[in-house]
Amino acid sequence: MPEMKTIQTSAVAEAVAAMCIEANHFLTDDMKAALSRAGESEIAPLGKQVLGQLQQNLEIAGEDHIPICQDTGMAVIFVEIGQEVHIEGGFLEDAIQEGVRRGYTEGYLRKSVVRDPLDRVNTGDNTPAVIHYQIVPGDEMKITIAPKGFGSENMSRIFMLKPADGAEGVKNAILTAVRDAGPNACPPMVVGVGIGGTFEKAALLAKKALTRPVDRRSADPYYSAMEQELLERINRSGIGPGGLGGSTTALAVNIETYPTHIAGLPVAVNICCHVNRHAVRVL
Amino acid sequence: MDRHLKVPMEEQELLSLRAGDYVYLTGTLYTARDAAHKRMYEALRAGEKLPMPLEGNFIYYMGPSPAREGRPIGSAGPTTASRMDKYAPELLDLGLKGMVGKGRRSEEVRQAIIRNGCVYFAAVGGAGALLSKSITSSRVIAYEDLGTEAIRELTVEEFPVIVVIDSKGNNLYDIALEQYSKEE
Ligand code: SF4
Repeated sequence: MPEMKTIQTSAVAEAVAAMCIEANHFLTDDMKAALSRAGESEIAPLGKQVLGQLQQNLEIAGEDHIPICQDTGMAVIFVEIGQEVHIEGGFLEDAIQEGVRRGYTEGYLRKSVVRDPLDRVNTGDNTPAVIHYQIVPGDEMKITIAPKGFGSENMSRIFMLKPADGAEGVKNAILTAVRDAGPNACPPMVVGVGIGGTFEKAALLAKKALTRPVDRRSADPYYSAMEQELLERINRSGIGPGGLGGSTTALAVNIETYPTHIAGLPVAVNICCHVNRHAVRVL
Repeated sequence: MDRHLKVPMEEQELLSLRAGDYVYLTGTLYTARDAAHKRMYEALRAGEKLPMPLEGNFIYYMGPSPAREGRPIGSAGPTTASRMDKYAPELLDLGLKGMVGKGRRSEEVRQAIIRNGCVYFAAVGGAGALLSKSITSSRVIAYEDLGTEAIRELTVEEFPVIVVIDSKGNNLYDIALEQYSKEE
């Protein structure tokens, strides 16, 4: 029998707090590289200027410790728990929420969460986070934190297509979502796509797709080609950096898929802005 | 064209702005976003006075992150303007001269901009750390209980914005698409 590994909830809370702060001040290397490449290839003068400002913004955020964007997001957290892991010291979810509370309070991050969608009273500490758990093989716990801004979240869409709509239908759905998002989603965007599964599975895949590095294409050659084709078509739309026109509207299209039902073809498009943040830690 | 202008702005200068102009603002901006707009709307319905002077002034759609010690403000970039479209025409009719935000506006807002000779600027979305450097002071003047959504009076210096909708109703987002779209 494999050995159990014990993880203390206090270590989880500490890691979560640190990751909330890290993700809001530093982009991952793949995102930084994609933005700087875009600065070189952009054809529009104003677009180039905007991309230059985004570079400067990242430098200031890192050096002066000011969040990259004032919308420090609702914290979306993926927790992959190895089935050999034993958790000690209290309830895991409480520890994660405590970590978010500490990270957002101690890290001078904005509190953007309201306790009820209609009465809209701010919870004051950015909790609760949205948490997705997955049980995986092994004895590790992998935590991914992806603070999600709502300028782009609001432009996300789900389409319940018919099987007969096929690949063309899927591509049109994605292009429609991106065109409708336009300047509102703070382009250049990263486009997370989930195809297949059920209504909620497609949305979850789309969200997860945003955490894949922007320079890593789908492992499936068919979908890798589709990602490439869509990226080129999106960048011909003219929306450009900040929506002010140009050849850089998206940095990547990341597609994740799952088997689906004989009667359905769900497509979820989760739009993210250029502040596509995440931090990952393995305990 | 690059311009350096004071806010509040001389009528003539405001009317001479054209979609696509790059402008550096120096002076006073008032922040308000969703919750503050809702309260102002309710105040107007109840016949109460607004907590900020509208006449000739500019609203910045922004809710900052908290300031660290010794700094006037935290990260301070624009939020999506269309969520305020429901409220903006009335405020423009009451004397508000301009708005700073990001993203598209409704046709009603564009018409109110033309009708009143106003302007809609965009600041670069997602550049909140950079933009905070052009804000030299910040003071909550109303709705403090709303936290980040309170109304603040900001002093800005050379705050960079781009004219998206000018007083004639020209819209940079549409012009940009015409110019750069390569779609078949
Ligand atoms: S969409 Fe992204 S970049 Fe734009 S304001 Fe929201 S979090 Fe910031």
